[in-house]
Amino acid sequence: MTKIRTAFVLAASLALSGVAFAQAKVVPAQSQITFAIKEMGVPVEGKFGQWTADIAFDPKKPEAGKVAFTIATSSASFGSPETDAEVPKATWFNVAKFPNATFASTSIKAKGAGKFDVAGKLTVKGTSKDIVVPIALAQAGANTTATGTFSIKRNEFHIGEGEWTDTSQLADDVAVKFKIVMTGVAPL
Amino acid sequence: MNQPASRYSGTAIALHWVMALAILGNFCLGLYMTDLGMSMLRLKLYNYHKWTGATILTLAALRLLWRLTHRPPAELPAPKWQHTAASVTHWALYALFFAVPLMGWAYSSAAGFPIVVFGVIPLPDFVPKNHDLAEALKPLHGDLAWVLFGLVCLHLAAVGKHMVIDRDGLIRRMLPGRA
Repeated sequence: MTKIRTAFVLAASLALSGVAFAQAKVVPAQSQITFAIKEMGVPVEGKFGQWTADIAFDPKKPEAGKVAFTIATSSASFGSPETDAEVPKATWFNVAKFPNATFASTSIKAKGAGKFDVAGKLTVKGTSKDIVVPIALAQAGANTTATGTFSIKRNEFHIGEGEWTDTSQLADDVAVKFKIVMTGVAPL
Repeated sequence: MNQPASRYSGTAIALHWVMALAILGNFCLGLYMTDLGMSMLRLKLYNYHKWTGATILTLAALRLLWRLTHRPPAELPAPKWQHTAASVTHWALYALFFAVPLMGWAYSSAAGFPIVVFGVIPLPDFVPKNHDLAEALKPLHGDLAWVLFGLVCLHLAAVGKHMVIDRDGLIRRMLPGRA
């Protein structure tokens, strides 16, 4: 009896989730997540080359939407061999111990005119912080493009340990910029 | 001022010695910093190296303008081939005053680390950020610096020859503070 009930509940919830959350498909070739930091006044940019996203989002029912990102920390690159050799080390992302950085939304609020505030938990290097990511959606044909920028303090996530916690030379602020192109999102 | 044509002008002498110090210092700094492991010091020195390089490039432009608009002192008697050799060496030095910093600037841009002189004056990137281009330019900047170093040695050897063998007082043409 309990088995049947469990099966029923499972099937119902699966069916419900299928209805409520149409899964969007990311177009990786057109999407990117980059980050920028200042070092002695010099703007330096890098990107995450490898990440996956679970996006279930209906612009008409944003509060029911869910967004989750998993980013491979080993794919962080400034495009220069000298710095890329450093990024995986314990001082920076400690890739061996923390291979992924994640973001999981907790609530999505419509701000009007295709803009939304995605609140959620960002976890990097074992530290979680609640952040709000403002996004702007634009639709063209079958594609929906989400763009946005948010800022984090690297020291809050212990990115750059030892002498690097000093922010006089390498800034604390890291601007994360993204452009996610998806298919399968309902019209705005 | 009793023999104006026998010496370089005060401006030319000042530019010569300031650039000599800056180039020698930045050459040594370049050799030292590239051997350092990643650290705040390494990044700091790279920035100082770039700031000095940008300063040298600016001084090189001023110096070239000054040289083209002011006559150098009359040449001392010497075989024609020596005059030719001196002239070729001097113009090659001038060429490298530009080529070495410009190549470093291009490498820095290609590597994705734009130059912000003294942390406040951003220089434009005249080449795009490109990994392969950066790897190609990196050794060229160093190679050209070594060519410049070689020419400086040749220049100093010639000065030594004039001091020890010719004893013709050539160096006084470029020594400061004997007005």
